[in-house]
Amino acid sequence: MIAKAAIRAEAERLHAAFVAAGAVPVEADILLPAETLLDLYGEDIRARAYVTADPMAGEMMLRPDFTVPVVQAHMAGGADPARYAYLGEVFRRQEHLDGRAREYLQVGYEVFDRAAPQADAEVFALFAGLLADLDLRPATGDIGILMAAVKGLSTTDRRRQALLRHIWRPRRFRALLDRFAGRAPMPPARAQLLDRLAADAPAALIAAAGPLVGLRSAEDIAARAEALIEDARAPAIAAPEAALLYDLLSLEAPSRAALAHLRGIAPLLPAIGPAVETFAARLDALAARGVDVDRLPFEASHGRTTLEYYDGFVFTFAAADPALPPVASGGRYDALTAVLGQGRSIPAVGGIIRPSLVARLRGAV
Amino acid sequence: MLKIGVPSKGRLMEKTFDWFGARGVTMARTGNEREYSGAVDGVDGVELVLLSAGEIPRELAAGRIHLGVTGSDLIRDKLADWDRQVVDWAAMGFGHADLVIAVPAGWIDVDTLDDLDAAAAAFRAAHGHRLRIATKYHRLVRDFLTANGVADYQLVDSQGATEGTVKNLTAEAIADITSTGETLRANHLKILSDGLIHASQATLFAARAADWPAANLSALAALAARLGLPVPQVSG
Repeated sequence: MIAKAAIRAEAERLHAAFVAAGAVPVEADILLPAETLLDLYGEDIRARAYVTADPMAGEMMLRPDFTVPVVQAHMAGGADPARYAYLGEVFRRQEHLDGRAREYLQVGYEVFDRAAPQADAEVFALFAGLLADLDLRPATGDIGILMAAVKGLSTTDRRRQALLRHIWRPRRFRALLDRFAGRAPMPPARAQLLDRLAADAPAALIAAAGPLVGLRSAEDIAARAEALIEDARAPAIAAPEAALLYDLLSLEAPSRAALAHLRGIAPLLPAIGPAVETFAARLDALAARGVDVDRLPFEASHGRTTLEYYDGFVFTFAAADPALPPVASGGRYDALTAVLGQGRSIPAVGGIIRPSLVARLRGAV
Repeated sequence: MLKIGVPSKGRLMEKTFDWFGARGVTMARTGNEREYSGAVDGVDGVELVLLSAGEIPRELAAGRIHLGVTGSDLIRDKLADWDRQVVDWAAMGFGHADLVIAVPAGWIDVDTLDDLDAAAAAFRAAHGHRLRIATKYHRLVRDFLTANGVADYQLVDSQGATEGTVKNLTAEAIADITSTGETLRANHLKILSDGLIHASQATLFAARAADWPAANLSALAALAARLGLPVPQVSG
């Protein structure tokens, strides 16, 4: 009980700092409609959130984070620009015996502002300042650069879409890229499938397989069969271009050095130009707020394994103990506002701090 | 007493009795035909508990029984970190069933999980909802699809007649157990070439959470000797 009180006191201190920085305090429901979260995050969220059933409203989830309800509230009629702060419990289902906390407090800060690099820097610098005494290890990344590189690949639109869809699943992404770049041989099963598809028209093959059951129609099947044949004919992504993408995926360097490296490859991969200049503007904005960008670590693939919808700047602050989750994390999620905004969107960036870890590192619990 | 949970009816119970009987441990139901009570002969300090096969994982996890016979699929699906809660003591060689992913046979463009993932993305774009996979093995199926990078699907619960859900338009694909594949074929479904999630069989498990005083450990050692098995490491 004493520990909980100390953690809450820490949370309130952080929340007050966010409000002092100009944020409007907001509240969110604990019970959220499951459908919205499932559509966003997919079935994986069921392994990470508690699902319960309401006799009237159907499946509900205990709030796994605040981002979705805060974005929904903002899109339903928030000011532009806007800054929000929140404090409350989040609930995370644990599928392992010595799992992490099932419920814990989060304190968050979200900025809806069209001046993106400045807003990124504002959030990061605010967090860095509040956590300065804890000797945390910052890490940053920018999923926007990776997405721009994929969008600019000289290959079929279908391949670009397949890669973009799996940006947040690095293993799957890598397997697809290896195949599209001709680095991995075609799996035997796919070769056999193509042989079969080449044997006859899709409609005839479907008919030969017996009665077609289910909602996925003969047209759906024929469309993908044609796509497979088309893809087999498409040439591999050219080796120099693929090499640039592999290089980008593994880029890890202090931020200024990373920028210099990216500017070096931008002429060869022109599609990343605007994203690299956004990165440059962010570094300038961070430096203006006193962040040492000569030393700030940058990893192009940072933040790709989270469930979040981050599509630009991402950051974490971690304690020395690798067994602990990050003390703070956040990032940019412009696409999420478009998905939840029913046609409208606004650039958005934010992050959360775990006050329980802050209190622990300060020796309060 | 060392409590051993055994399925309370049907072929699984008979095969279990046969398996123990062949190793000199006689199990039998006692009382009248409808009464769920039993007896063990051939080894001292062991008590028979007849339970629904589906409840045996939970009873093992809670430590209310020391040993239990059930399908390895049920243990893996119902218990988080199953191998830290129970010891996989002996595969019993019956009750074989494969948990597989199956799709309509007419999906000539889908043969692997990779195809399923691509088909799910296109299906969601065309039909406005995620591709539904009917199953009762939620944890096993979700973990398998996550590990294989399949997205844009949703699991819908089906506690029986799962093969019929596709024709009834309540799912586009299924994940269910099959032994011969005949029911799948009869319902115009085919198994993905890399769609084997788990090859299940009846298995004798030991519960780590049960009480293991000296008397139970010696009964366990005696049973192990009789069954010709190594003594399982149930504590520590």
